Amino acid sequence: MDRQIRRLAFAFLGLFVLLFGQANYLQVFASSRLANNPANQRLLLQEYNVNRGAILARDKRTVLARSKPTSGVYKYLRVYPQDELYAQITGFSSLVFGHTGLEASMNDYLAARADVLLPQSLVDELLGRDKQGATVITTIDAGLQRAAQRALGSLPGAVVALSPKTGEILAMVANKSFDPNPLASHDPDEVRAAWDALNADPDKPLVSRASQELFPPGSTFKLITAAAALENGITPETAFPNPAALDLPQTTHDLHNFGDEHCLGGASQVTLAQALQISCNVVFAEIGLQIGADKLVAQAQRFGFDQDVPLEIPWSEGSIPPAESFADALPAVAFSAIGQQDVKANPMQMALVAAAIANGGSEMTPRLVAEIRDSSGRVIKTYGPEPWGQPISPQTATALTAMMVSVVESGTGTAAQIPGIQVAGKTGTAETATGNPHAWFVSFAPAQDPQIVVAVVVLNGGDLGNEATGGHVAAPIARAVIQAALQG
Amino acid sequence: MQADLDARTASGRQLALTVLAVALTVGAYVLVTLGTTGKTPPGVGGFVAVIAGGYLAAHVIVTRTARGADPALLPAAAVLAGLGYAVIYRVDPGLASEQFGWLLLGLGLFALTLIVVRDHRMLDSYTYTIGLAGLAFLLLPVVPGLGRTIHDARLWIRVGPFSFQPSEIAKVLIVVFLASYLAGKKDLLAVATRRIGPIRLPEPKHLGPLVLAWFVSLAVLFLEKDLGSSLLFFGIFVVMLWTATGRASFLVLGLILFVVGAFIGYSAFPHVQDRVVVWLHALEPSHVQTDGYQLAQSQFALATGGIVGTGLGRGHPALIPLVATDFIFAEIGEELGLFGATAILLLYVVMIGKGFRAALTREDAFGKLLAAGLTSAIALQAFIIVGGVTRLIPLTGITLPFVSYGGSSLIANFVLLALLVRVSSARERSG
Repeated sequence: MDRQIRRLAFAFLGLFVLLFGQANYLQVFASSRLANNPANQRLLLQEYNVNRGAILARDKRTVLARSKPTSGVYKYLRVYPQDELYAQITGFSSLVFGHTGLEASMNDYLAARADVLLPQSLVDELLGRDKQGATVITTIDAGLQRAAQRALGSLPGAVVALSPKTGEILAMVANKSFDPNPLASHDPDEVRAAWDALNADPDKPLVSRASQELFPPGSTFKLITAAAALENGITPETAFPNPAALDLPQTTHDLHNFGDEHCLGGASQVTLAQALQISCNVVFAEIGLQIGADKLVAQAQRFGFDQDVPLEIPWSEGSIPPAESFADALPAVAFSAIGQQDVKANPMQMALVAAAIANGGSEMTPRLVAEIRDSSGRVIKTYGPEPWGQPISPQTATALTAMMVSVVESGTGTAAQIPGIQVAGKTGTAETATGNPHAWFVSFAPAQDPQIVVAVVVLNGGDLGNEATGGHVAAPIARAVIQAALQG
Repeated sequence: MQADLDARTASGRQLALTVLAVALTVGAYVLVTLGTTGKTPPGVGGFVAVIAGGYLAAHVIVTRTARGADPALLPAAAVLAGLGYAVIYRVDPGLASEQFGWLLLGLGLFALTLIVVRDHRMLDSYTYTIGLAGLAFLLLPVVPGLGRTIHDARLWIRVGPFSFQPSEIAKVLIVVFLASYLAGKKDLLAVATRRIGPIRLPEPKHLGPLVLAWFVSLAVLFLEKDLGSSLLFFGIFVVMLWTATGRASFLVLGLILFVVGAFIGYSAFPHVQDRVVVWLHALEPSHVQTDGYQLAQSQFALATGGIVGTGLGRGHPALIPLVATDFIFAEIGEELGLFGATAILLLYVVMIGKGFRAALTREDAFGKLLAAGLTSAIALQAFIIVGGVTRLIPLTGITLPFVSYGGSSLIANFVLLALLVRVSSARERSG
């Protein structure tokens, strides 16, 4: 029997050698191939073992996004305490759909991947702690963000407020927004359900109307036409003929003013300054035709249209067709000069135009992030003002400012008047293919020492009959935001 | 005099190894709580006192009642149980406190077995009583109203508030029965009267037990759908029959019957077919998220663990269904790496080596067969589940002895260990 027992012992030893071999195969030889199998969530989960850094408002107290410890497989749940209010700024951090917004662009800091965080991460690793992500402090003024949301109410549209001197974005709200919390859920079914609902929504809540969608800017684009005129030898006092309607070249159509009114009570001539104050389409179309498509397009591009203007979240700069396309289409030049036809912009782009005017012609790069702090509160990176370009001369900026002040004092934008504060602004009532025109207002204040730029669009909020309706709908919103910023 | 000295040396070695095992258990427990919560566990002093007290009591009982017993068996089991406890705690502290209770009960029954069974040959007198009891335990889950179906397999019984897996108890009883039965009948069984080609066959009537064991195994498979137990019992039976008789024909016949049984099982049960399909295709896209998920996750866990592991408390056992029972080896491999996995395998190799050594040093056939059978039971069970979890062989659910969560399994294995310690002890060697 002893012979069998010895053989048995060797047989079992052989079986255990096989097990040892298989363990070596799985844990050494095939280890990296198996571990990197896409169905292995463990590597993704390692990212969720990082205590992802918070995103804060500029007051460093208001929490836009933070991580909450859980007892589940994923050690931290991303929560957005303000629900919809900052969603289009922070974006979301989702197991299923990855990161968007600041969650995506600041991921290296938030997830403790940046080189500057490496020493701290090593310490965390040695102590067996979860890696601590860095905190991102935004430029957003929480009070102003709430004020902008209050002022916009439930109207479809958007408000952008920024500092013309630094490029810091102070508020950015849009309707419709979305609640990022269900997208950050650890339940993939909940994430997918929320995602499907958002994508089925005709208002496209995931695409910000403040910075991503583009609309005809209407008469607010006249600021750019006026800038091109002033940069090319025309002065505010240069007078233009003032027909009731403009007989367009190359076509039998005419270009009309709003409500078919005759500008300035039918005066035979209207100056550039007067035309901007009352937003006279006929005269601006003439100016556009006079300076030509090349200079108009070039001026728009100098403000950032069709350029690459950096921002920490994806955004769409304004767009204008290339100059060549206008060669045989002079009516298109006339319509583009008044912000119709193929010209498109959004409140972020128009805020940058106003900011350049407010800042003596120098356009600052827009910014959402003020600084980064590590988990112990040490500042590891700060972001300062960065000039982006000089679209107009200081003289042009001064002239445009004066004209914009007159718009609010006695033109189409009187609804933006604030006692004790000189507001500079420009209204817009942009015709759309469907529905009522979009109501626009682009402004800054105080006019002589601008602290804040506010651009507002209310979709389908205007009335075709009256250019001033853009001002009536959008200007009060801008006024409320300016008041909140300057008067608390 | 020499035996006395040997016994004292063995006792001293066992004490040293037991202290080491207790230290490893406490260390693993503290590391696991540090890894998961960042704090040392509350009441660790009480834990140390109870666990050390329990094992030292067991050590004293071994020294007193089984002089000269192999000193490595109890400490090896203690380390396996300690590592198991730590990783169970890491998965679910609630399960771990239950396991702690089972562990103490297991140690109590270990001591009781050694005290009651003063000489293993006592058991030789109750061959058929033990055999019938084993069979009864094995088939108990089939009894209507008593059996419960968990995860598709009917291998539990419920008495009042307690659930129990009687096949684990049956395992010990059946090994004792087979050792006793085969010790008596081995000469008859070994007589070959017929030849078919190179194979010499015993008389047909002596084939009865083999065929009976085959039917019992098939019954377990058909009635309880318990693949693991079915395979384990048939394997133990064939191994012991061969050990007793030395007839290769039994191995060949056993293999043929196994193949036939496996084929019947494969044809009759979709879940047996699934096991094979999953074994072959677990990582393919059409299986990896569905029926192959568990096995794929087990391999990912082992692969992610790599050589040194993620560290206790730092892996993701929650991704593997049944991680505290059938798949505990995958979690050990993930958090303790190849080092931890190898340590577990080596502990079994030590136990198996010591068990077979005990079998070799016995003079009586019953003792030899008992030691070899008990050892084979542990070895086979560990191989079946570790092989399944590592995808070396198709997966059949069964516990990893001493390590997995499970009261019946832990208790039965400590009783098994007590019998093995008893057979290995020196007193019987002289007497």
